[in-house]
Amino acid sequence: MSPATTTRPPGPVVIDIENITKDYVMGEEIVRALRGVTLQIRRNEYLAVMGPSGSGKSTLMNMLGCLDTPTSGRYEFNGRNVADMDDDELAAIRNREIGFVFQTFNLLPRATSLRNVELPLIYAGIDPETREERAAQALIDVGLGDRIHHKPNELSGGQRQRVAIARALVNDPSIILADEPTGNLDSKTGDEIMVLLEDLYQRGNTIILVTHERDIAAHARRTIHLRDGLIEMDHAGFIPELDTAVAG
Amino acid sequence: MKRFLYELEESWKIAVAQMRSNMTRSTLTALGVIIGIVAVTLMGTAISGISVGFDKSMSVLGDDVLYVTQWPWKPVDDWWNYRDRKKIQTEYAEKINHIIASTPNSNLVVAVPTSSLMRSMKYAGNEVDSVFTLGTTSDFTVTSTIDCKEGRFFNEIESREGAQVVIIGYDVADALFPSESPIGKSILINGQLFKVIGVNSRQGTFLGLFSWDSMVAIPLAAFNKYFSSKSASDLRPGGSNTESDVRVKVKDKKKLAEAKDELTGIMRRVRGLQPEQKDDFSINEQQAFKSTLDPVKNTIAVAGLFITGLALFVGAIGIMNITFVSVKERTKEIGTRKALGARRRTILLQFLIESTALCLLGGFIGLVVAYVMCFGIGKAFPSFPIQFSFSLVVASMIVSVLTGLISGFAPAWSASRLDPVAALRYE
Repeated sequence: MSPATTTRPPGPVVIDIENITKDYVMGEEIVRALRGVTLQIRRNEYLAVMGPSGSGKSTLMNMLGCLDTPTSGRYEFNGRNVADMDDDELAAIRNREIGFVFQTFNLLPRATSLRNVELPLIYAGIDPETREERAAQALIDVGLGDRIHHKPNELSGGQRQRVAIARALVNDPSIILADEPTGNLDSKTGDEIMVLLEDLYQRGNTIILVTHERDIAAHARRTIHLRDGLIEMDHAGFIPELDTAVAG
Repeated sequence: MKRFLYELEESWKIAVAQMRSNMTRSTLTALGVIIGIVAVTLMGTAISGISVGFDKSMSVLGDDVLYVTQWPWKPVDDWWNYRDRKKIQTEYAEKINHIIASTPNSNLVVAVPTSSLMRSMKYAGNEVDSVFTLGTTSDFTVTSTIDCKEGRFFNEIESREGAQVVIIGYDVADALFPSESPIGKSILINGQLFKVIGVNSRQGTFLGLFSWDSMVAIPLAAFNKYFSSKSASDLRPGGSNTESDVRVKVKDKKKLAEAKDELTGIMRRVRGLQPEQKDDFSINEQQAFKSTLDPVKNTIAVAGLFITGLALFVGAIGIMNITFVSVKERTKEIGTRKALGARRRTILLQFLIESTALCLLGGFIGLVVAYVMCFGIGKAFPSFPIQFSFSLVVASMIVSVLTGLISGFAPAWSASRLDPVAALRYE
């Protein structure tokens, strides 16, 4: 694993969050998962979100991924206010602007790599020929040109995650949101995935990495730490002593 | 629009893949629909069979023929008013024909007398009891469609002379002549020999209504000579079990009402009724009979479809259940799809298509099974009224699709409403 060397100049603001909160009602109790988070993420950033469990990391990720809307606060995605969007509008944003990479890959088990990667394009209403072409290209880009017609159970864990990354990339989203992308992989395969993400970053993608692993976060160019629903620290690069101490 | 088509195609692919990978489950669930569709379809064939049977029996009556009878063809409350009416005599036919001939632009064509009673038939060692024996004239072929399989109906000369010839129905021929042609053979009716000159082709029986298959026809003159009781006692109520009526062919069936009025006038003249006297006869047509039977037919249809519909309902519950299970086990997949940009409508559509595909499959298999069963029943019991039609196929398919849509809706709706965050976290 080689530490990050080249940092690309950041572009315009993609995500602009101001003082968002999120409350959950659990029985009688109100859980305040986010207590006022302010954050800006620019194009071409490689950001790691860290924090222990219960810190609001998952909740923030759901917000960033437009899977959920905040209880209060302002959230603009590429200048569009997403805080008040309904389910279908959020679905459209997710489809066009966000590429998800999950810890558990979340591939459709009975579909080939190609069909899995085609899925976001189907929801985007792209015609079959273009769809297939772009999906195949995305698979070639992640090094799976020879696994196009394989089903997930015929692929290794690393290959599955590559399919998932190809799926995240295929619609040319504004950000790639990777939630513990190496959590279900052995360290060697995990490293390969991180090399791939680095490569994507170098090619001009914006990457948000949600993780609790220091080694993984070390790949990012900027790190934020969450604790008790607040951003505790937000700094450029990865400072081993500091970040290790905070992450616990 | 285009996106909708792509989503539709995608949903269809998923549905097929889903059914394939859960073969046992899909088969068992579809079985419920299969049974339901078989039940409903068989009921449908029976209902249309009954309907066709009715119509076929009715067609013996003819839709352009008026029947002059003592009793009306409908239930009456004041039966005593009808009981004492004078019997209809076969001679009226002749009188009516005279009047028709002298009336310019008459709406009537010809009057044909008929008399009937039950008689037994014998040939060689074979005997058939209680055969409906009809005495009529050669004009009978004008009012009823007689379709001879072999031979012919009797002609005018035989009719006038009262020749001892007989046309026998299909079943009668079958019973008396199991292994030979009846034409030219003489059968014994009430101790009199009658030569068979015609055999009617098979008509099929339905609820024992007016089938030609179990009837024989002989010239009226011969009928009167050998079977009818002495004429005077005939006129007395209950004097004889011979039933006589006169059927009158109408020129244009669109002017049935005018024809009926004209015939009423003629009959009043024949009976010599004064203007203040009420009609002492009834004029009937096929339609009156139909309108009495139609409610019966409709009740059978509604009750039958309701009961068999319950079977389909059970099948639909099975589909609903399995779709709920499917939504539950694929919660994470739904979450993933939502994360990738699937809208509520997409998810709704996907599960609706799954349940509908399952129902369509069940419906299709059910139809095939029903068709085979219909075929088998038709072969085994030719007289059983069953009618498999194209419209029934279409109706069954529509019912299958509707069953799928209705039973799949609740689970599909719940799937489309899933919170993506909760769905993604579901294990």
